[in-house]
Order: sequence, then structure tokens, then C-alpha cells
Amino acid sequence: MKKVEILVVGTNKPIMQTIARLVNENERWLAVIANNYAEACSLCDDRELGLVLIGAGLDEREEMELKRHVSATRPELPIVKHYGGGSGLLFAEIYQAIG
Amino acid sequence: MAQTVLHKANTRGVADHGWLKSYQSFSFAGYYNPERINFGALRVLNDDIVTGGMGFGEHPHDNMEIISIPLEGNLQHKDSMGNTATIKAGEIQVMSAGTGIYHSEYNADPENPAKFLQIWLFPNKRNVTPRYDQILLNGNDVKDEFVQILSPNEDDAGVWIYQDAWFNMAKFNAGINKTYTLNKEGNGVYIFVLKGEVEVNGEKLETRDGLGIWETASFEVKADTDAEFLLMEVPMKF
Repeated sequence: MKKVEILVVGTNKPIMQTIARLVNENERWLAVIANNYAEACSLCDDRELGLVLIGAGLDEREEMELKRHVSATRPELPIVKHYGGGSGLLFAEIYQAIG
Repeated sequence: MAQTVLHKANTRGVADHGWLKSYQSFSFAGYYNPERINFGALRVLNDDIVTGGMGFGEHPHDNMEIISIPLEGNLQHKDSMGNTATIKAGEIQVMSAGTGIYHSEYNADPENPAKFLQIWLFPNKRNVTPRYDQILLNGNDVKDEFVQILSPNEDDAGVWIYQDAWFNMAKFNAGINKTYTLNKEGNGVYIFVLKGEVEVNGEKLETRDGLGIWETASFEVKADTDAEFLLMEVPMKF
């Protein structure tokens, strides 16, 4: 079974690792981490992603630019915000985005 | 005309982890209901019971306003900003997670359970510097009035958060009828009944029922019995 690759974007590395661990607890999902805007754009171009999760650390301009980049290159790719990962809150946001 | 959504207490999500029993008004952890993700900026309303001495180990958040209201017992708080504190019934705790925080919350009593409301709101500003605050609430003994416990304004009553939200706690004697006037156009109010029975806009609410009401500038709340309830006014678009 091919896993849905989920790009987790944010600059707080410990939080990114927690998010990735939680995402990877679901056997159908695979977390890919981007620690900055440039990495996020590059991974959006190179990987067959199913979802982009934007966390803390990107400034408003970078968030807008990332959305613009995805909209131009992969318009079907959903982008949602995430909020840490200390709970299952993350899962509801993912289910909402990709079912 | 006012719009409403009723969430009866027995339709909430329930998680029982042994040390934690959590009743969830909106999707959270293993409880996923696409019809119940949020009410405007209100994303989480968990009614939690934590066994004595147990609690939530260190975990992260970012870009979320997190409010805890103890109902019974004490919680021991520690966070990555260096705060260590105990909060108890009659107090309120707030964290703006902003760029990211880690925290833990444990029941400070080794024997008796702690009961508290865990409430999360989407912020109106992302990537703020994380902050923590807790205060003893004024007006814990006030009856038959709405008592403000949270607002967007640093110099206003209660704690403040990064969102155009206002929370009021109320303890009404049976028969009391009061009008709540919203602070901001476009906001809605989620009423959560802690004890007793109240009527809002013709809807009868019992203990732990929740009612969301929006597209109105004001509404009446009538206590059918002695009652305690929390009103959470939040932006419907954010």
C-alpha cells in the first residue's frame, strides 16, 4: 500500500519531530519534514505529496509564497495549518483535508 | 435571525485512558466527527477528569490560545518558558503557544481527581512570543450576573488572549433571566452548562449540554434551576 506523504513545515525542530512521529503512527501516512520555506518548495516540487501541514515559524510572506507556489505547481495539493501535536487535534485537520 | 447548534452532553466524544476521562465537545484525538470540528474560533472544549497524581506529560503546541479552567482540585503546571505553578478551582490559566511551547499538567493531589475544562482557540495572530498567565478570578461568589473572565484586552477583567473573544462565567439562581449582548459584530457564543438547567433562545439545556448561537446581537438566558454556565464569545470568521 502506497503511503500518503505529508509535508510538515515549520522551524521548531523538536515540534516538527513530534508532528512527524504522530503522523507516522498512522500506517497509511508518511511524514516528510521541511524546516524552512526553501526546503518546503523544493519538496513540493520533488515529492508526490498528499498534504502540506504548515506550522509555526514561517512568516506571513513565506506562508503566502508557499501557498502561491503550490497553487501554481500542484493546485490539487491541500495546505492546512497545524498547531503543535500534543494531542490528536492534528488528526482531525488531516482527515478534513485528505479524508 | 439567530442561528443555533445544540450539542447534548451525551453526544460528545468520550476518551477513557484510565488516568484520564475526557468528554469532548469537538473532534479531538480519537474522536473525529466532521460535523463537530469547531465553533468559529473555538476549536477544543474538553471536559477532563484526571486521576490523582496523574496527568499530561510534556508535549508541544504552537499557534493556539489554550485556556484551562479548573472545576475541582489542583493542576501542577510546568512549561518550557520556566513557569511552574499550581492552578485550582476559582482560577484560570492561559497560554499563547505562538512560535511553540512545551508544557505538562499533572493533578497535584495524589488521591483525589482533578476536573477541568481545556479550551483551545485559534489565534488572530500567528508566531507570537509564547506567554503564560494565571489569575484568581474576581467574582467567584457573584450571583445572577455575567462575570467576565477573558477578553482580548490586557487591561480588561480576566485574562487576555490573541483573539477577539470574551468569556463570561455565570451562576444564576432559579428563575433569573438576563440578556447577553455580544461585544463584537460577527461573533457567536457557545454556552456550556456546568450545573443545572437553562434556556437559551427557546432551547432547553441541561448539565454539560452546549449551545452555539450566532447571527444575533444579543440573546436571553433563563435559569430553570440554580445553574452555572460558561459563555464563550468567539469570532465566527477568523
